[in-house]
Amino acid sequence: MAERYTRTAILLHWLIALLIFTAFPLGVYMHELPFSPDKLRFYSWHKWIGVSIFLLSIVRLTWRSTHRPPPLPDLMADWEKFAAHAVHFSLYALIIIIPLSGWLMSSAKGVQTVWLGVLPLPDLLGKNKELGDLLKEVHESLNFLMLGLILAHVGAALKHHFIERDNVLSRMLPMLRKKS
Amino acid sequence: MKSGLLSVLLLCFSSATAEEFNTLHPQQSSVTFVSKQMGVPVAGSFNKFSADIAVNPAKPETGSAQISIDLNSMDAGSAEANDELGGRNWFNTRQHPVARFVSSQVTRLGADRYEALGNMTIKGKTLPVKAPFTLKRVGGAIVVDGAFPIKRLDYGIGTGIWADTSVVADEVKITFHFTVGKPRQ
Repeated sequence: MAERYTRTAILLHWLIALLIFTAFPLGVYMHELPFSPDKLRFYSWHKWIGVSIFLLSIVRLTWRSTHRPPPLPDLMADWEKFAAHAVHFSLYALIIIIPLSGWLMSSAKGVQTVWLGVLPLPDLLGKNKELGDLLKEVHESLNFLMLGLILAHVGAALKHHFIERDNVLSRMLPMLRKKS
Repeated sequence: MKSGLLSVLLLCFSSATAEEFNTLHPQQSSVTFVSKQMGVPVAGSFNKFSADIAVNPAKPETGSAQISIDLNSMDAGSAEANDELGGRNWFNTRQHPVARFVSSQVTRLGADRYEALGNMTIKGKTLPVKAPFTLKRVGGAIVVDGAFPIKRLDYGIGTGIWADTSVVADEVKITFHFTVGKPRQ
């Protein structure tokens, strides 16, 4: 039985994580800024990162559907395994839904999303102020939900590594694997 | 005999004016624009404008147009942008509330295609522009459709921190659609 995720899964996991840790603080910071060229720049970068996360997440989920992850340690209680699966499933869903909500919000606000300033994404919604405001709330709430889940995810991974001292974290970070 | 001639002349005159379309139908007319922000086309519109347009479909080259646009009626696509646009860096609408286009010449380009030469005044600056357009008869009216680019920086629109054209492109495309009817009796 494999003890680690595949190279592809590992690369996608950390790449998506890095992009989320960039886009999230940028999103929090930029929306309070006064209207300025910097604000327009940050919004565009935020959207470009979001579209990148969306595309990478599609690849990641496609890969995941054909590659089973390594099993969780036998010593874990059933509720712990259930919680781990529930958090993983929710995060998989959110890395698709959150960029999608941002894309729809942008369309509803009347600004098309153009990835890297080059590739225009179709507007799936027409301009609609009420819908735009609603989608902003949705986008924001989902992000804070994701923040909570990520804290649980990271906390659990660290607990496994430093307290249980099992292989859960090294499945996704093979360089941590103990030489034996 | 004399009065006969006069009435023929009058007839000619009235038939000539009857051929001229000069009453703007504001509900079926629009002036819109597209600016590019970070490579993203953003649509905007001028919601209040007046247009004195005179077109004789038999002789379009004699047509003329004077368009006045109320810049305080501008919708640039977002509330944030609209709040900013009246300011000194943008249109300075306190001092320059109106943008104006006055045609000087109309030339024929092709079948239904024409070009109006004229002067555009924005923010106190007057520059020549060329506006290609088409003429179509729709019902009892003439529809004038056209578009032309302007360079915002030529008029000093978006100065200071906004002069950076990598954020807001220099070129802005202006599109007009005027429905002009016969004079009201």
